[in-house]
Amino acid sequence: MTAPTRRHVLGGALVVAFSLARGAVAQHDDKGKLPVDLAKSPMLDSWIRIDASGKITVFTGKAELGQGLKTALIQVAADELAVAPESIDLVTADTALTPDEGVTAGSHSMQDSGTAILNAAANVRALLAEAAAWRFAMAADQVEMHDGAAHSLNGQSATYGELAASLDLHVEAKPNMPRRPKSTVIGQSLPRIDIPAKVSGGQAYVQDMRLPRMLHARVARGPSDGTRLKDQDLDVVRKLPGVERVVQEAGFLAILAEKEWHAVKALQHVQAIGWIRPGDSLPTADIREAIRQLPAEDVPIFAYPGPPAPADGTSVTARYSRPCLMHGSIGPSCAVALWENDGVTVWTHSQGVGPLRRSLSGLLKLPADKVRCIHVEGSGCYGHNGADDVAADAALAARAVPGRPVRLQWMREQEHGWEPLGSAMTVELQATLAGDGKVASWRHDVWSNGHNSRPQSGGGLLAGQELGMPKQRMRPIPMPEGGGSRNGNPIYALPNATGVFHFIEQAPVRVSALRGLGAQMNIFAIESFMDELAKAAGSDPVAFRLAHLQDERARDAIQTVVDRFGWAKRPRGTGGGGGNGRGCGFAFARYKNLAAYCAIALEITIDRDSGVIAVERVVASVDSGEAVNPDGIRNQIEGGIVQSLSWTVNEAVGFDTHHRTSFDWSAYPILRFPQAPKTVEVHVIDRPRQPFLGTGEASQGPASAALGNAVADALGVRVRDMPLSPDRLKGALGS
Amino acid sequence: MITLTVNGKPHEVDADLDTPLLYVLRNDLALNGAKFGCGLGQCGACTVLVDGKPVFSCLVPLAALGRREVRTLEGLAADGKPAPVPAAFEAEQAAQCGYCIAGMIMRAQALLERNNRPTEAELRAHMAPNLCRCGTHMRILAAVRRAAVAMGGGVQP
Repeated sequence: MTAPTRRHVLGGALVVAFSLARGAVAQHDDKGKLPVDLAKSPMLDSWIRIDASGKITVFTGKAELGQGLKTALIQVAADELAVAPESIDLVTADTALTPDEGVTAGSHSMQDSGTAILNAAANVRALLAEAAAWRFAMAADQVEMHDGAAHSLNGQSATYGELAASLDLHVEAKPNMPRRPKSTVIGQSLPRIDIPAKVSGGQAYVQDMRLPRMLHARVARGPSDGTRLKDQDLDVVRKLPGVERVVQEAGFLAILAEKEWHAVKALQHVQAIGWIRPGDSLPTADIREAIRQLPAEDVPIFAYPGPPAPADGTSVTARYSRPCLMHGSIGPSCAVALWENDGVTVWTHSQGVGPLRRSLSGLLKLPADKVRCIHVEGSGCYGHNGADDVAADAALAARAVPGRPVRLQWMREQEHGWEPLGSAMTVELQATLAGDGKVASWRHDVWSNGHNSRPQSGGGLLAGQELGMPKQRMRPIPMPEGGGSRNGNPIYALPNATGVFHFIEQAPVRVSALRGLGAQMNIFAIESFMDELAKAAGSDPVAFRLAHLQDERARDAIQTVVDRFGWAKRPRGTGGGGGNGRGCGFAFARYKNLAAYCAIALEITIDRDSGVIAVERVVASVDSGEAVNPDGIRNQIEGGIVQSLSWTVNEAVGFDTHHRTSFDWSAYPILRFPQAPKTVEVHVIDRPRQPFLGTGEASQGPASAALGNAVADALGVRVRDMPLSPDRLKGALGS
Repeated sequence: MITLTVNGKPHEVDADLDTPLLYVLRNDLALNGAKFGCGLGQCGACTVLVDGKPVFSCLVPLAALGRREVRTLEGLAADGKPAPVPAAFEAEQAAQCGYCIAGMIMRAQALLERNNRPTEAELRAHMAPNLCRCGTHMRILAAVRRAAVAMGGGVQP
């Protein structure tokens, strides 16, 4: 087995070179450039190091969030380096050690870090092969690499450790390096390396860290964003049992104790004094209506050309909405900070150690090189939760006790009260159906607050605001990724179609990135509307979509679900008939129209008296490009489906005029086991040698919309405002 | 000082009598399994067994324990052999972030020790107090079904 050389790859006819460029090189960007993250940190030893004993260390700026990233990246590196996965140590997001790859978000990790590591590994393997060829005195393509060593055809061999000893990896990566011709580790469902500790009580989370002489801390705040505690007599607090230190700077207040329970009890004492809301009251109207009354900036999303719609066409309009949603991490956010040598080290489950370091540097007025942020897993975050804020809280608390580590965890009510929410949203759709039953025009309008207030400065952190630092402004995220506009551009081939994002900067409640940003709402709206149009056109919903869809991979994903679900033979929806409801729903989207493709069909029953939905079965397909770990992909899609069912049926953050009223799980009930679907099956469509497509957020939109479509099929009534709660379903049936 | 029996061993603990068991397990005994999730008995991340019954350790003060036996995830493995419930969770890859999983395992353990042939509806009702936000429910259920078989029974449809 010989690796193709660069000359082989670049030679041949244009069509061949093109297909090879897509397939055989470790370069997914076929313009002869390095992939983005590798271009930012082009030195090979930023990504891969091999010591004289042959130990391989791979570095990524991305973080394990429970999505299985560590395992997948090790697989990528092991495959391309031709070694066993066990021989690789992976170092994740650490501002002192790893490349800065921004935030671990947007389903970008495989696309960005995976592709960078794949390319870096192909470079390193080529250098090892060259070194071996020199040593064996033969051509590099006469050298085979496997099991951590180079082997010549005449029986010589040298381990990677021996070769690396004479190799300088502090060199720039070259683009378009060939991949190994056959993958042995990529494509395998390897068990995740992080799971054993999680099922055995090993140290798996930042919450589990116990450093010598560590203090426990709690931060004291009002009940939710926009409130603050009344002024306290801190001398009383200092004298409470077990309190070691009270840290107050301007509006920031933290309590430190040797014993965690003492810190908790002191916090309860402080909170009992009461709170105020110093600024404007919250609106009395439903938050999605209230924000539509605020000034909006109109940002075009897309414009597909086409002739004007025929005058005799059928016009269809509909309006859809969702409330504010919560990330709702099961473990409240936590960080450990240690102040020493005029600098601070913070162990954090932030999604972005680089941006957090910049923000802490601003908050603490320290040079960035005096701040080190090390990612340690926390409870799943699903976007911008309290992770960054609690890291700042811990750092400020630790500054008061140099040399002593401080572990600060938020309480449940603090996570519910202060985490930035996913914005409430409204979408209005208008389309014209021509006489041939096809869409002749399309208009998409979406209203939303911003979807990214991740910290970039001290004022981007709660503690920074308490110190009086200026709040960050929120700006719309440009397409093609988009924020509120994400997935507002339909994947369908629609003539005369436009979309506008009405970006509302002024946010009455704290909002930021929640898994998928605006995609869940836009996909819910578009995919519900496609069903409404299909009904108006007298077409089957899937056939109607396919009639407007040219993307072959999209069609494959849909067909897979149609076949596996048995769409043609599905039970007929009970519609407006009597008795309990039964119905099926279908939906499809390609996340951001540039990441994974995901189609979902599901079958439900609805108890008419209670309005309770039971999900009988869910069938999904996903095309994530080259599937590095198919079971990891399935796990993400399954999880996204179940989480999205919870969002769609159960969830809405409540407010009164002074604060959030969803302060715990009783006031914000999420899906529990009896409500989980009876079955969920996920079919992975593997595309070997195609670019990795981000998967983590691919199923939320289609799952919501498929459920909405099934409800319409079962009840004969379309429910367009989330959540599709029992009360709302009963209301719809009554009207 | 108060004496506490955890995973079959007595421990002397210096803690206020109103301290919830969870903080003692995590901080005084350095056991990672039980997690702080809500402190309100709403999520089950802190689930441990007390005399074989699942309890929210975030709500049980030390004073209320008396001589009852506490078992945590760390106490399931016997004689170095992996215990069937954690092994089943690993086999089914039943975790995403995994923060809820120790509590899930302990709640499932309580069920299967009492009844290794529950119905699917009993299984789901039994697991209802424990929340998972990653949506790993299908795998968690699959893991408990697998564990039921490994423990000589099986979940009935």
